[in-house]
Amino acid sequence: MAFGLGMLNGLRYTMSRIIKTYIGDLRHLGRPYDPKEFARRQSVKGDGIITVQYPEEKLPVPENFRFVPFLVYEPKLDENGKPLIDPATGKEVVGYERCTACGICAKVCPPQCIWIVRGSTPDGKPKPQPAEFYIDIDVCMNCGYCAEFCPFDAIKMDHNYELADYERHVGHIHDIKRLMKSTTYYAQIHPQDWAREEADRKAKEAAKAKKQTTT
Amino acid sequence: MAVNQPPMPPETKTKYNDPQVVAEQIKTVLPDAVESVSPQALVIKGSQLLEVARYLHDQLAFDYLNNVTSVDYPDHFEVVYNLTSMDRGGAPITLKVNAARENPTVPSLTPVYHGANFQEREVYDMMGIRFEGHPYLRRILMWEGFEGYPLRKDYKEPYWEDDHKPFGTRWDKGHHVIAEDRNPWHDNVRYPANFDALSYKPPREEYPVVSAQQLTASRLLTDKILINIGPQHPSTHGVLRLKTVIDGETVVSVEPVLGYLHRNHEKIGERNTYLQNIPYTDRLDYFTSMANNLAYVITVEKLMNLKPPERAEYIRVIMAELTRWVSHIAALGFFFNDLGAFYTPLIYGLEERELILDLFEAASGSRMMCNYMRFGGLARDVPDGFLDKVQYLVDERLPRVTDEMEAYLVGNEIFLARARNVGVLPRDMAISYSTAGPVLRGSGVKYDVRRAEPYSIYDRFEFDIPTGRIGDIYDRFMVRIAEMRESIKILKQALQQIPGGEIMTGKKNYQIRVPKGEVYGRAENPKGELGFYIVSDGSPNPYRYHVRAPAFINLGALNEMAKGFKVADLIVIQGSIDVVMGEVDR
Repeated sequence: MAFGLGMLNGLRYTMSRIIKTYIGDLRHLGRPYDPKEFARRQSVKGDGIITVQYPEEKLPVPENFRFVPFLVYEPKLDENGKPLIDPATGKEVVGYERCTACGICAKVCPPQCIWIVRGSTPDGKPKPQPAEFYIDIDVCMNCGYCAEFCPFDAIKMDHNYELADYERHVGHIHDIKRLMKSTTYYAQIHPQDWAREEADRKAKEAAKAKKQTTT
Repeated sequence: MAVNQPPMPPETKTKYNDPQVVAEQIKTVLPDAVESVSPQALVIKGSQLLEVARYLHDQLAFDYLNNVTSVDYPDHFEVVYNLTSMDRGGAPITLKVNAARENPTVPSLTPVYHGANFQEREVYDMMGIRFEGHPYLRRILMWEGFEGYPLRKDYKEPYWEDDHKPFGTRWDKGHHVIAEDRNPWHDNVRYPANFDALSYKPPREEYPVVSAQQLTASRLLTDKILINIGPQHPSTHGVLRLKTVIDGETVVSVEPVLGYLHRNHEKIGERNTYLQNIPYTDRLDYFTSMANNLAYVITVEKLMNLKPPERAEYIRVIMAELTRWVSHIAALGFFFNDLGAFYTPLIYGLEERELILDLFEAASGSRMMCNYMRFGGLARDVPDGFLDKVQYLVDERLPRVTDEMEAYLVGNEIFLARARNVGVLPRDMAISYSTAGPVLRGSGVKYDVRRAEPYSIYDRFEFDIPTGRIGDIYDRFMVRIAEMRESIKILKQALQQIPGGEIMTGKKNYQIRVPKGEVYGRAENPKGELGFYIVSDGSPNPYRYHVRAPAFINLGALNEMAKGFKVADLIVIQGSIDVVMGEVDR
């Protein structure tokens, strides 16, 4: 074979890629950022991945995506069963915290970035609630063990990955106030997990109620 | 030493995976070399180690030194060797040598196995055991002049808090303290005697001189000079430094200088609990985190005698093979970067990689730091539609891209001119240097851990072991392409057979109990044989946790491959090994 034919053969492939991109552009003419088209092009059946104009555009993250944990609380409900919203902060009012300060998350954490102080009642007895809860997100390696091993579904992994800050000693030490997010938010980012956990909880409660009525 | 035993007939060779049998054989020629035998290991007298190794190598065909490591016990050091035979396969046998606590010395195995060179240097560096007869016994991961031996039990790293996790201060004790304030630096950092940081000069770097007769360089009168490639250089695949002696443009010798990414993974592993180690293994070879998880998890499962359910096994294999495909396509792309085909082949490959990483993200929650496997199963089942997507990829896209990449790149005359007969690593050298993975198979050795010692469920699948002919860059490249096809073959079978059901044996538990014992577990990673040597004393933390990093040991053969070729070839040869510094430096 003459020298260079192999190279030309390879370049045929490059050429076909170039032509394909133009054909693709023509096919998506006028609607390159149409969400439906966008999702198709990013899927396994897409042809050519398009550049996402971050931060104006963002790719949706899958439900299992994990980034820095947060604490889940049950919001206080009004008479209609809707969560009460604190007008001052715009956040839902804390009904009760799921966390019981058992410390499993702090023990299982591989880089040991969780600090918990157990709360106490005014007369000094320990109560199953954290008084303080810190996560050093600079140390956190986003492994998701805390969420995986929490027996109370009280700590979950967040989807918000935009946590850049100008300094790290205050902004990157998440305290309990910053960590607390309501179940509404959790249900929104983890719809399947939420549905499964709710079903489990209801089944458990039903079993408990049945046991109580029989005994 | 004169050994006049005839070589063993082949049918008796299969029993040599048993240390008892091997001990009997050794006793016939070296009656007092074996101190004791257990079903797991042979303890050899240090003074006769070299003779024993030579006998095992020459007569019993234990031609491959998998792993060298050491364990620090309260009253002695133990150096551990794992040996296998390339032809026989099977599990490696374990040799152990005890060394005194004071001034520990063990004979070096470098006269028998070239692969001992880097591994013994690592042991010397980390544990302070001297290897007598080693040609170049210097630190390899730490710098020359570093005080202390980091893997000894009495060594405390900066910011040391406690010997074992979980740390007592984390729960119900105190408030958050930033790492810098937790442990003042000067408490546990030792300096050499009379050390003055301001006037310190590193020891003069010498290079081994190779006689010029060995080279057929040009007739020009040239001087040998030492040039420095890296550590900050785009072609070194990370922070790798190559101290290269060149004569004109011909490479005389290369010495990889490592440790720029060293974080003492093994010490961290010993501080961690068994479970806490899984996410750390993601960070070894960050291209193949699923396969790293698998290798670590099967090693600990061996100790725990735990078997994951069928579905979990299949998902593990699917993940590991997707990882292999991704790692190889990235390796090919980066390799062409080194050749000068600037990024185009790489970007073509990255498209499918992106889709596979999206699948990993959907299953595990992270694209690269997957942390997906658990002892006895998986973190969670795959999401709905996951297997359909993999099926589509495996049926449509991956074979097409593999073929396209091959058609695109392999016929190219520039590639052929640069790759054929360059960086040749002959078969016997590949084995002697303990290389693994595509480097070993490229040299024509038909050896794959998935076949030699099948782990997980690899014994159920039909696949071939592709090999090269002469061990040049071209062969390594073609082995990678062929392996991508084999991966697709395995994926097709796995997707066909995958059953439903549970993904976890037993209940999920964060307090893992690992019985006492020691184990060497290994898996065929895309880069080669990834091994874990774990010593458990029954406590929640491993007593010793050693990683046999394939890329690290493959780098040991770089000098052998690059000698006599041009500087420009050195870059390509190094690219053809496919090193990932996260794994090399650990």
